[in-house]
Amino acid sequence: MSELTPSQTVGPYYAYGLTPEGRKRWKPGDHYKWKETVGDNLVTPDAAGERIRIEGVIYDGDGKPITDAMLEIWQADAQGRYADPRNGAALPNTSFRGFGRSATDDNGMFAFDTIKPGPVPGPGGRMQAPHIVVCIFSRGMLRQLYTRLYFADEAANAADPILSLVPADRRATLIARRETQNGKPLYRFDIRVQGEGETVFFEI
Amino acid sequence: MSLVYPTQSLSVYPKHLSPGYKSTIKRSPSKPLIPMPHTISELTGPVYGHDAIQENDNDLTRQHAAEPLGERIIVHGHILDEDKRPVPDALVELWQANACGRYVHIVDQHPAPLDPNFTGAGRTVTDKAGYYRFVTIKPGAYPWGNHYNAWRPNHIHFSVFGHSFLSRLVTQMYFPGDPLFPFDPIFNSVTDEKARNRMIASFDLENTVPNWALCYRFDIVLRGREKTPEDMD
Repeated sequence: MSELTPSQTVGPYYAYGLTPEGRKRWKPGDHYKWKETVGDNLVTPDAAGERIRIEGVIYDGDGKPITDAMLEIWQADAQGRYADPRNGAALPNTSFRGFGRSATDDNGMFAFDTIKPGPVPGPGGRMQAPHIVVCIFSRGMLRQLYTRLYFADEAANAADPILSLVPADRRATLIARRETQNGKPLYRFDIRVQGEGETVFFEI
Repeated sequence: MSLVYPTQSLSVYPKHLSPGYKSTIKRSPSKPLIPMPHTISELTGPVYGHDAIQENDNDLTRQHAAEPLGERIIVHGHILDEDKRPVPDALVELWQANACGRYVHIVDQHPAPLDPNFTGAGRTVTDKAGYYRFVTIKPGAYPWGNHYNAWRPNHIHFSVFGHSFLSRLVTQMYFPGDPLFPFDPIFNSVTDEKARNRMIASFDLENTVPNWALCYRFDIVLRGREKTPEDMD
């Protein structure tokens, strides 16, 4: 048995503690001025690359939108560099951090504004197709779920070493569709936690 | 640093489906999770330095015009990895109900008063020794709809970042001796007794401040341990 501290659910009331939107929405008395460090807009003015928006709805096993979920994303910059000095690899030469957090709204929708990531190294010297790691927390989830978001317009998906571990008939659940919204690129990525069209989650 | 994150260590975590906690029934995957090797995408993670926070972020009793009502407490401890080495510069966030057992969140309609001097959210970054410290008030117990006469034990929610995105942990800290433990399906979703007890803070008389506040110690162990020869690919 390991000596890890066990995971517990984030519960229904995390938003005012963890998200800028939540902090603004529920305030007793005078408002404490937080420095907002973790939000759903990852774009920094100095970051190069294609600016994209990601939107999706997360559904439960009854097909109902989950209105109290929290999604976190972690990604490389457009040149395939992660902003983590512990990694020993090349760092972004900008202030792009690559981490974001979004609370779902009353329609179960989450959204991120970010930069499309570049390809990064994978196992056995093979490159991985551009992707974003997605971590999901919610009431009713005693531990987080991990999945990945890939981009529909990437030919590299066909040779991606992680996508190839997923049964072919379930790969589509990890691929965000490219659309246009107000003339800007939008990737739509719906998540189904359970049942028909269930999103692939990884044991990592 | 070359850390590994064996999935075997996760055996002490709750199962995704834990039917005693009813909300898990429709919010857990029905298909097995797909195992995959850890790549650079999982082995890296966000870094938040001390510039991410401000002076009173870790003192929940000093975020408003006056002090909140309730029993003032200190909650402190170390963030550690699986080798029990400190995790420095880790962002630690917490949120909790007020002394009456009421959250400021609009969805919480428990008929107990809100406190205009208490939001119930805080955060800090660990020092070089992996140490963190909060001042807050002891949260109250509150009812919830899981089953007839269901009450959550007193708890504080914790969110912690470690050495990588795999170390990410959201958990709850409980208080020693709570009579509600046997009846709480969230606490008991952790089936191993020793693991369950690691979610209970210990009363810390040594660091209790005379005439001011009781102290509780809560150490948190995150995923990640040093690579050994047995871990070679």
